[in-house]
Amino acid sequence: MGLLDHIPHQSTVPAHRPWPRAVVAEEGWRAAIDQLVAGRATLLGFWGEPAAVHMALLDAASAEIAVVTYECASGSFPSVAIDHPPALRLERTIHDLFGLMPLGGGDRRPWLDHDVWGQSGPLAGRSVARATVPYEFLPAEGEGLHQVAVGPVHAGIIEPGHFRFTANGEHVVRLEQWLGYTHKGIESLMQGASLEAAARLACRTSGDSAVAYAYAFALAVEAALGIEPPRRAIFLRALMAELERLANHFGDIGAICNDASFALMHAQTGVLRERCLRAADAAFGHRLMMDVIVPGGVARDMSSYGIPAMQALLAEIKKVFPRLIELYDNTTSLQDRTVTTGIVKTEYVRQFGAGGYVGRASGRDFDTRRAIPYAPYGALSFDVPVLDAGDVNARVWIRIREVEQSVALIAQILDRLAPGEIRTALPAGRGPCEGLALAEAFRGDVLVWLRLDGENRIERCHLRDASWFQWPLLETAIEGNIIADFPLCNKSFNCSYSGADL
Amino acid sequence: MNVLRDIFSQGAQMLLVLLLAPLLTGFVRKAKARLLRRRGPPLLQPYRDLVRLMRKDVVLADNASWLFRVIPYLMFAGTWVAASLVPTFGNGLLFSWTADLIAIIALLGSARFFQALAGMDVGTAFGGIGSSREVMIATLAEPAILMTVFAVAMIAGSTQLSTVAEFMGSDAVGLRVSLGMAFVALTIVALAENARIPVDNPATHLELTMVHEAMVLEYSGRHLALIDLSSQLKLLLYVSLIACVFVPWGTATADASAATLALGALLYIGKLTVFGFLLALFETSIAKMRVFRIPEFLGAALMLALLATLLRFVSGSL
Repeated sequence: MGLLDHIPHQSTVPAHRPWPRAVVAEEGWRAAIDQLVAGRATLLGFWGEPAAVHMALLDAASAEIAVVTYECASGSFPSVAIDHPPALRLERTIHDLFGLMPLGGGDRRPWLDHDVWGQSGPLAGRSVARATVPYEFLPAEGEGLHQVAVGPVHAGIIEPGHFRFTANGEHVVRLEQWLGYTHKGIESLMQGASLEAAARLACRTSGDSAVAYAYAFALAVEAALGIEPPRRAIFLRALMAELERLANHFGDIGAICNDASFALMHAQTGVLRERCLRAADAAFGHRLMMDVIVPGGVARDMSSYGIPAMQALLAEIKKVFPRLIELYDNTTSLQDRTVTTGIVKTEYVRQFGAGGYVGRASGRDFDTRRAIPYAPYGALSFDVPVLDAGDVNARVWIRIREVEQSVALIAQILDRLAPGEIRTALPAGRGPCEGLALAEAFRGDVLVWLRLDGENRIERCHLRDASWFQWPLLETAIEGNIIADFPLCNKSFNCSYSGADL
Repeated sequence: MNVLRDIFSQGAQMLLVLLLAPLLTGFVRKAKARLLRRRGPPLLQPYRDLVRLMRKDVVLADNASWLFRVIPYLMFAGTWVAASLVPTFGNGLLFSWTADLIAIIALLGSARFFQALAGMDVGTAFGGIGSSREVMIATLAEPAILMTVFAVAMIAGSTQLSTVAEFMGSDAVGLRVSLGMAFVALTIVALAENARIPVDNPATHLELTMVHEAMVLEYSGRHLALIDLSSQLKLLLYVSLIACVFVPWGTATADASAATLALGALLYIGKLTVFGFLLALFETSIAKMRVFRIPEFLGAALMLALLATLLRFVSGSL
């Protein structure tokens, strides 16, 4: 027992699986913050309830997870962000959604709440007053500085988000993001939803990670209910997750090159991405494989076209992709753009616990599939590529290496895929229970925490995208770069707007 | 009789460049699309876009000044006149006495000056960024092209394009190192001036990386149509210029017969096709450079042009 030993707590919640949840008083809450500040623990998630806040911590050394809960008797809680900046946006979100006040000063501007909801604290369950002051960006002072406002509507067809640059000519002094434009109220829709409806909602939190979200959600429900899906379902889930990773990495590699105006790569990887989506369609009846993974297993089996479609896909990738890697590596003009552009420092990646290619390109060796393995990844062999450079080029290379790993994984899964059951019935009436799960999306770890009410309805569910801890790093990556290189840095992060706006 | 013929010839040339310019752009787009395994828009799409824009209403920013409204016409006029001065299929143009290389550069320079002003007129951040980048490019591209002109003029003995073209078509030219350098320099400048990769990307949707597009973001309707047509004319102008100076073969002389004129026209179309395809091929095989690398790129053009001039000084035969 590591983490909770250092955190004085009043009690642990019995029906919280698979990791413990401890209710703490102010002393314990502060001890948890100290663990974060000292770097002994990484913040995995931070979410609210009408009268409590929860923090999920990961012990960096032992890969052990614990949730600490602080009950906000007076509608407030000691601020985490004041000592540990990665919590800031999540803390502002808790305030926006639940009206809980973080104590201790710091940044009190709203985050998701753009004052267009017609109410404040929509999940608080009580009336919350909101001070309507215009949103102010952080100041930057100096001679010759000017601001460039970009978005939320962009010239290309991408998700909406506002970027405020303070620049001196081309050189960026500060970038500040303002997101929340795609807030859909997912946490509110989740409350009281049946598991079936909730799984559909989870799937739609961020469309490009539909499988990963459904996967994490199903794992959390299964953890809460203490059930195991059948063996075939476990392998089919991993197959879909890897297929989704392939499609997105292909799309990203091409899109990053396209932002350096190297359209040739975009066209070629676009073909590969399309092949992945078509193979997914042939195998699972949906290009993005939405609503296939459900709590208890998978909703439908792979079609009879599935195996040949996968084999054809793997053969094509093995034939074409090495040539594309060579093209990327040998195009000097492209390398000139990606190498040393948008460097993310290793300290920041550690502090923020950034997952996915953002973390792994800056030396943070963390992949949920290996660090906290969930079935079937414990039984599969694969490498987790890690680089130290932290620039755009490193993030491209991590993706390239992950494509190779995913191809190998799909081949292994196809070998082990045996006929059998695909879904376990969910037990009902076991009383209230809680579950926490992490799954590796192509961007990084997705965290799902939920509480079931005993009738297999969601009482409360929180979904945390990997982007929460990546977006702030983009602000640091662009410092000292030039404005014209921002699209390239941004695309190499490819953070989710929808996933982080909830 | 001769005057009538000259007027006709000049009029035909003015109409020809106007009609051909969108086609060249359409061809380059099509070639690029085919190289990227896409089907691409039809060749005639640029014409359709122009017609569509002409029919649309103009949306003006509240704080747009009169200058903002006048500039598209100024740009178009300047570029069109410049484009009709460059000999395309025949040399015998009525205005050929004005067809001075320096005059053409001055016309394009003033068009760009107005465009940079328009970019800043409305006061949006993107317009300002675009104008500042455009002017940075211009400060290096303009000396480079002037040096190129000097190199060519010293060899041909005139800055007048018809004379230059005629000289370049004759046997007196021979193989010259300085001409090769001038050719490379002019090509680099042409890429920069026409907002092509690796300096700018005409197809980008990333507002933060734009140069030309950033300056015209606030334009719409017929204004945008005129600006687009000016850009297309400019591309045609540069291709014609390179063709007329460096591959002038087949260009009809002043007193040519109708058959020679027709042959000249055919050859001209052939040259446009070849250069258009080469441009598409080049753009497909290279990424855009960092903004602060552009001065180095254009600096190379300037140095080459300078070297060409110096070589010509040092040795008459090079």
